[in-house]
Amino acid sequence: MSAAATIPSVGRPRRLGKALPGALWALLLLTPAFVSLASVSFYPIVNGLYLSLTNTSLITQEQAFTGFSNYAELWGDPQFWNAWWHTIWFTTASTVLETVIGLGMALILCEAFKGRGLVRAAMLVPWAMPTVVTSKMFGWLFDGQNGIINYILLHAGLIDQNVNWYGSTDTAMITIIIADVWKTTPFMALLLLTGLQTVPNSLIEAARMDGAKGWITFWYIRLPLLMPTLLIAGLFRALDAFRVFDLVYVLTGGGPADSTETLSTLSYKVLFSTLQFGYGSAVSTAMFITEGIIALVFCLYLVRQIKRAQ
Amino acid sequence: MNDTRSPLQTFLIYLGALLILVWSGGPFIWQFSTSFQLDKALTSGSPSLIPHPFTLEHYYNAFVEKQLHRYVWNSLVVSLATTFLCLFVGSLAAFALSRLNIKGRFGILMVILSVSMFPQIALVGPLYLVATNLGLLDTYTALIITYLALGLPLVTWVLFGYFETLPREIDEAARMDGVSVPGLLWRIILPMSLPSLVTTGLLAFITAWNEFLFALAFTSNIDRQTIPVGIANFTNLYYVPWGDIAAASAVVTVPLILLVLFFQRHIIEGLTQGGVKE
Repeated sequence: MSAAATIPSVGRPRRLGKALPGALWALLLLTPAFVSLASVSFYPIVNGLYLSLTNTSLITQEQAFTGFSNYAELWGDPQFWNAWWHTIWFTTASTVLETVIGLGMALILCEAFKGRGLVRAAMLVPWAMPTVVTSKMFGWLFDGQNGIINYILLHAGLIDQNVNWYGSTDTAMITIIIADVWKTTPFMALLLLTGLQTVPNSLIEAARMDGAKGWITFWYIRLPLLMPTLLIAGLFRALDAFRVFDLVYVLTGGGPADSTETLSTLSYKVLFSTLQFGYGSAVSTAMFITEGIIALVFCLYLVRQIKRAQ
Repeated sequence: MNDTRSPLQTFLIYLGALLILVWSGGPFIWQFSTSFQLDKALTSGSPSLIPHPFTLEHYYNAFVEKQLHRYVWNSLVVSLATTFLCLFVGSLAAFALSRLNIKGRFGILMVILSVSMFPQIALVGPLYLVATNLGLLDTYTALIITYLALGLPLVTWVLFGYFETLPREIDEAARMDGVSVPGLLWRIILPMSLPSLVTTGLLAFITAWNEFLFALAFTSNIDRQTIPVGIANFTNLYYVPWGDIAAASAVVTVPLILLVLFFQRHIIEGLTQGGVKE
């Protein structure tokens, strides 16, 4: 690089002589990424859409075009709606909890205190851990007989007998939400922290000079400025929560009595247990559409917020 | 700002920090401790954090009975291959988008990023059929090809963000010197991006190491199954072997945690750069 200054003029013709046109290079360099995403992400979506219009089954080896009959069946399938509602409930509860608790954590990390680096580092532990391991870990923590959570609650007098957390229809979904909140909140907090740190300190100082209390500066200065970050982080979190599979599949397998069945686990079972690829594809396509609607609603809201701020 | 704090506020901040620390580290420390305790102690009704008596029985079970090392090997092969492919393909794309004046490059980036939000369950069925037809079930290849596409959006995004911070004057100077386009990437941009390559590589590695759904669908025997599938299947006939599971969890998570802690500063910066720019 340092040689650049010494030979400024001779470079030009040499470059023209052997270089491909820029546009061709761009195409060439982007091709591997495009091929990869097209074949592993776009093709399956399109193919899934087609399969959902057929009665494809790996058992009967049928594959005939049946129009929208899978979707008609889906519309009247209580199992599908059961899973649909569970997924919506899981997504809403976990996204709201993670955003609120994450914001609380971020506000603490925003302050200067001894050992902040250590706390921030520790917060990456739940994020880095494989979800399957998290799932098994919560299986042990919330075990109905020897789980430490039951032990602590029992000795604190909060419950009078062991709770069969993920073995009972009343509490299984709650246990899964707790596990998800545990795993994802710290990372959410780190995301929100970077957002908080871009709020100019001078604004907060100025408000303090005017005698504003802590929560007033939070409500009128930090929160409005953090809103775009909060919404984007919330959107990504919601889209991710909507796909929940590992946690449910490993901890409860959708049970007991389908009380934790989500769209992903239901699709997986229809696809790989009954091998009805046509109907299974209809379930997953319906899921893709719901996810698209969630993203659209979020984006419209975000655009409106940004326009209002201007 | 320290001087404006009351003792109560200081106390609350430290209390909050302690709670976050317990939240983040507590469950895993408990799991780690569990892995060194005898089954008898685990079911005794009086749990203790300090293993007493201390035992390595669960580690013995995990490796000898359940063949944990074979899953670890499969995961290593798949994850390392995915990491290098992701870095190669991702840096080509990020370089093109950042340096070659492509029209609508932010549109392209958005498409690439939105792909990472597709529900994976919608991909797994059709990909399973493709893998069956190509005879790729129970192969490393099927997993590596899939994980490449899963990791690529994030890798491209983070590398793009890093390349954007490198001054344009470098390109100009290189061009004057007659450096070709691949030369610019290979000899100048990439060597300057080593810290970013290490962290993005780590992200791709973690994605592949932790992935469960595709590994579950595409592999059916221990010769190719990865760690998450192995651990998910860790069950005994009559009871759940919590101790063995804890031992396996520790083996596959501790190295990951150490890596993450070592690179934590870069990871947080890399992952959050998008949020800051908004």
